[in-house]
Amino acid sequence: MNDRAHRIGDVILAVDRVSLAFGGVKALSDVSFDVREHEVRAIIGPNGAGKSSMLNVINGVYHPQQGTIRYLGREYHDMDPHEVAESGIARTFQSLALFKGMSVLDNIMSGRNLKMRSNILLQALRIGPALREEIEHREVVERIIDFLEIQAYRKTPVGRLPYGLQKRVDLARALAMEPRVLLLDEPMSGMNMEEKQDMCRFILDVNDQFGTTVVLIEHDMSVVMDISDRVVVLDYGKKIGDGSPDEVRANQAVVDAYLGVSH
Amino acid sequence: MMKNVIKKNGPVLTLGVVLLAGLVAPFADRSTTAGFYVEVLLGGLMAGVLYSLVALGFALIFKASGVFNFAQGAMVLFAALAVARLAEQMPLWAAIPLAMVIMVALAWLIERLVLRPLVNQEAVALLMATLGVSYFLDGFGQTVWGSDIYSIELGIPKEPVMILESLFQGGILVNKEDFVAAIVAAALMVALALFFQKTVTGRALRAVADDHQAAQSIGIPLNRIWVIVWSVAGFVALVAGVIWGSKLGVQFSISQVALKALPVVILGGFTSVTGAIVGGLIIGVGEKMAEVFLGPVLVKAFDLAGGGIENWFAYMLALLFLLVRPEGLFGEKHIDRV
Repeated sequence: MNDRAHRIGDVILAVDRVSLAFGGVKALSDVSFDVREHEVRAIIGPNGAGKSSMLNVINGVYHPQQGTIRYLGREYHDMDPHEVAESGIARTFQSLALFKGMSVLDNIMSGRNLKMRSNILLQALRIGPALREEIEHREVVERIIDFLEIQAYRKTPVGRLPYGLQKRVDLARALAMEPRVLLLDEPMSGMNMEEKQDMCRFILDVNDQFGTTVVLIEHDMSVVMDISDRVVVLDYGKKIGDGSPDEVRANQAVVDAYLGVSH
Repeated sequence: MMKNVIKKNGPVLTLGVVLLAGLVAPFADRSTTAGFYVEVLLGGLMAGVLYSLVALGFALIFKASGVFNFAQGAMVLFAALAVARLAEQMPLWAAIPLAMVIMVALAWLIERLVLRPLVNQEAVALLMATLGVSYFLDGFGQTVWGSDIYSIELGIPKEPVMILESLFQGGILVNKEDFVAAIVAAALMVALALFFQKTVTGRALRAVADDHQAAQSIGIPLNRIWVIVWSVAGFVALVAGVIWGSKLGVQFSISQVALKALPVVILGGFTSVTGAIVGGLIIGVGEKMAEVFLGPVLVKAFDLAGGGIENWFAYMLALLFLLVRPEGLFGEKHIDRV
């Protein structure tokens, strides 16, 4: 872990006093935290704590009524999800949002869409620069496929894969964007223990080998504590804890709100 | 193994066999000559091509946005009216691109004023909205372009030519214009297939069709994609409108063709470009064959007044397909996980 601590850099993403309400329901109130480059940052909390809302705010799905988000030193306001994606923040989804009719390969290739620039006519005919471009991107995608060990399923329509593999394809598609920051929405939900361990290993490897900053939401506390550098704890939309896994474990408010009712 | 396959697909196979039997049945009557039969077949294929073109517009929009676009027929009429009236002021080669510009502008307006405010609403709300767009376009088209019958002159000779005289007694009468239409439709299908399968934009369109939220998260701008899809559908409507208009004249009844495209997409599968084409051809041939060959038989057998089979045949076929294969010939099969 010492090695890892060494790599962690400056603040890349800062959430400052963000509040979000849906009508009278306050989903987030006054939440602030920061994410440093190359770290694995977890947001945890009981059901309804506002974790997903927080991720959706960063992702641009929701626009907070108050507060700001600074990414790479620049404040961003009312960005749409596709603009956030263009700026280098990728995400996965808790309830899978894959393109079910498309093959695994096409799903992951779609993550490269933003980076493909050649003429549409050339693309249709797969000639000249378009062919070179397609091959170039295909190589990147193949590396990701190898990395996540899904070689055998390239041509399979995603809808036919078992759940754990679909989650991996979701991660692969996000990785294909070569993001600086990767937002993971409950990457381990609905998985069995073995699948969870695989996913943990992939997340740590992504972080190690690509240097990708990871922000992850998780319900399963024990898993998170093992792989995160720092943890934010939310409860009823408020931040009740922030620090290293050990600090968070020792925090009485967290224990009351979360661990106390956990089993 | 073989037995299982047959058992599983029993109803579909039965329907296929019945349709094929219907195709050869006319020869049971000795008075049917091969030449006449081929003529009816070609006539059916031609009508089918036009159905296909309209159905293609449906399939495109449904594929990319999950919206059942009721206004496709009205778009065909609108495009045809635009070309016909503009061609009075300028040469045809200028009128068609200008009409295309109008269709793109229309696509942009529909996205801005109708689709965007209704994002994430129920599919029924969007269907109702396109129903509204349909009536608006019908009326607005006539307000702008007039409500008489207009003609589009493509400069292709309309008089039928006699071909294959050596092969069939009496030869076969075909229209040159029909041939051009068939070639245009085929080219359009190939172009669209390449566009959807091979280009980045095509992949983005398929992605949007599958999941709006995920598509946005990988940097696909939803609004721009919708404008593109509706523009492509507008282009298909334009092609259909021009071909139809030059064949039968530009008139209000064109927008009713959309109602024939509905059974076509049910047959072919809502999301399939190939399905729209094949479905159109099957319906076109089927209803012509039924009208010409089945009609007289029914009239004789039940002492009916006769005629009119063409009007309901397509719907009956679609109904049968819904019973045995609800996803259509080429549609994506739904796999539900529980």
